[in-house]
Amino acid sequence: MKRTSFRPSRRSLIRGAAAGAALGPLGFPGLLRAQPAPVKVGILHPVTGALSYSGTQSRAGAMLAIEEINAAGGIKSLGGARLEPMLADAQSRPDVGAAEVDKLNEAGVAAIVGPYASAIAIATTQAAARYGLPHVVDVGTADQVVSRGLTNTFRFSPGVSTIVQFGIDSLTRINEAAGKPVKTVFLVHEESAFGTNTANALNAELPKRGFEVLETVKHANPTRDFSNIVLRIQARKPDLIIPSNYYDEYVLFTRALRQQQIDVKGIYSILGGGASSYKFVKEFPEAAEYVMDCNHWFDPRKPAALALKEKTEKMGLFYTYEVYLNYNAVMYLADALERSKSVAHDALTAALASSTWDKHILPYGPTKFVNGQNTGARPVITQVLERDIKVVYPPEFSSGRSVFPMPPHKT
Amino acid sequence: MLDPAILAAAAVNGLTMGAVYALVALGLTLIYGVLHIINFAHGSLLMAALYGVFFLHRLLGIDPYAAILIMVPLGYAAGYALQRGVIGPVRPGSDQNVLLITLGIALVLENLCLYWFSADTQTLDTRYAMAVVDLGVTRVALPRLIGFAASLVLAAALWAVMSTTQTGRAIRAVAREPHGAQLVGIDVQHIFAVSFGIGTACVGAAACLLLPMFYVSPHVGQVFVLIAFTVVVLGGMGSFVGALAGGLLIGLTESLGGLLFGELAGQLGIFLIFIAVLLFRPHGLFGSRGA
Repeated sequence: MKRTSFRPSRRSLIRGAAAGAALGPLGFPGLLRAQPAPVKVGILHPVTGALSYSGTQSRAGAMLAIEEINAAGGIKSLGGARLEPMLADAQSRPDVGAAEVDKLNEAGVAAIVGPYASAIAIATTQAAARYGLPHVVDVGTADQVVSRGLTNTFRFSPGVSTIVQFGIDSLTRINEAAGKPVKTVFLVHEESAFGTNTANALNAELPKRGFEVLETVKHANPTRDFSNIVLRIQARKPDLIIPSNYYDEYVLFTRALRQQQIDVKGIYSILGGGASSYKFVKEFPEAAEYVMDCNHWFDPRKPAALALKEKTEKMGLFYTYEVYLNYNAVMYLADALERSKSVAHDALTAALASSTWDKHILPYGPTKFVNGQNTGARPVITQVLERDIKVVYPPEFSSGRSVFPMPPHKT
Repeated sequence: MLDPAILAAAAVNGLTMGAVYALVALGLTLIYGVLHIINFAHGSLLMAALYGVFFLHRLLGIDPYAAILIMVPLGYAAGYALQRGVIGPVRPGSDQNVLLITLGIALVLENLCLYWFSADTQTLDTRYAMAVVDLGVTRVALPRLIGFAASLVLAAALWAVMSTTQTGRAIRAVAREPHGAQLVGIDVQHIFAVSFGIGTACVGAAACLLLPMFYVSPHVGQVFVLIAFTVVVLGGMGSFVGALAGGLLIGLTESLGGLLFGELAGQLGIFLIFIAVLLFRPHGLFGSRGA
């Protein structure tokens, strides 16, 4: 950012100030009406680099919320103050994310929403904590994000342990209902905080439920080729594959599985990058069919969720979790601003921590924050059926029965 | 994991992937061999070429393999212009200038594509993209098999051009001794541009063969560029045979290493082999001494 240094003499300063004071109200009638200062909100996402797709979807979701809030009159308890987005790019790197937090703080933001990825979130929340700046984490599922005792960090959506617990509970139930066809499991995960956290949690929990983990394979981000991982799967012949990765790798992996005609009883992703993505289903219907996912989702019973879906699709975007989780994060922040009636860090932090906001569009339990985590948050189980994504569990949100085990390939 | 069938399958995977690396490295090795430029823009040029192939298919319905006939001349023209117009004028200055210019081109290309085409990952939707060929020991995706055959053909073609044609001889002369070449009447600036053009033409061809088995997005260049550099140095800078051999070797190492020791160890294996070769043959497997 350029800073022009310009040091006026005292005389010119006084002259200018007098002129400004005299002419100001004439030239800027708005000032007379005392427009409340806009509330600056830092919108920080990796819009370039390896995570750029998720970053741009995230930003779109956040902006949709901001536009809606402003159109409805802004933050009413602050005199109708509009939300002013300060857009920042984390470039898919934690160090850049942290540097952007410093810049946003200097620009005077009241809070930060973002930065999508766990690895980046760990850095940005730490940076924000130095200033006591409230930071709403939109996705960032790693447990570390909310377990470092940072009082400025809030996550409305579920973290890895909740998701894994729910995923395993549901898998156990679905498996039992089908007559327990699955006994052995093969884990494939990406290498960063998100994937590693997920795999560790799965390795700790699965054996307790009677599942045997045959192998856990970690792969780089990005990975060019999954042929060898598929070879190992072919050799070990697991009943079930559990992938946890980002979109590009998920696509390459499932395509390779299909090409090698690997027969498994199920592909049950836990936070699978593409498994519950409309983009994936649309572009790879063969690879996507019957894939299950334990992931974020919207509440299909809430009209507002469906209205947002329509709006997003009209913009030419897929309605992915990045969109509605960010939309939700901004709405949650706006509600906290309404209640705090102030942009001061401590007031806003207190409002975020005590929030019981229930006007969200997500399939969660009652909102309650403990150590920055919304304890009502939880995922759902989806399955790709007939080229559409259906919620198959829990029953109150489900729109279809699961197909489990997966039927074998037709050669 | 030591079951021969699995090892054979992994070897096939490694060779077909290695052929792709070789394709990407072929252009890079020529550019380095002749111009002694470390072309940081190589990955981004590949990315731009991939977008070219993608849009030729999406907007004009041209099959990616047929698109080779368009992408190769297009790549050549782009490379010639880039060297003549952008990189060439900077050469007389310090060596860092050239490095910075290619880095600058990389950044500009990547962000232009991000701006124009958005961050969405795009893949081709062709009938044969998911087709597989059963080789008995393993099933190989058809596009990879085609890529393997094509890389051999391309390397052979390049070698033929370099050894038999007048231009090829001029290129070799300039690579060996630019001043001497100038003295015998070779237009060195033109030959530099021709070499860069051939290098980017190779990238154009590589893109046509790569897209059916991969994807394109603004950052896809980064996925391949480091491997390409490794292949070039391993194989010997300026040697096509070296780029091919290096690519196949690295593909094999990555695949077998990944199978036997774990995926990330496979990645490590690539660089360990790289260091080992450089320790014992600093000019690379097929590079000439003192180049």
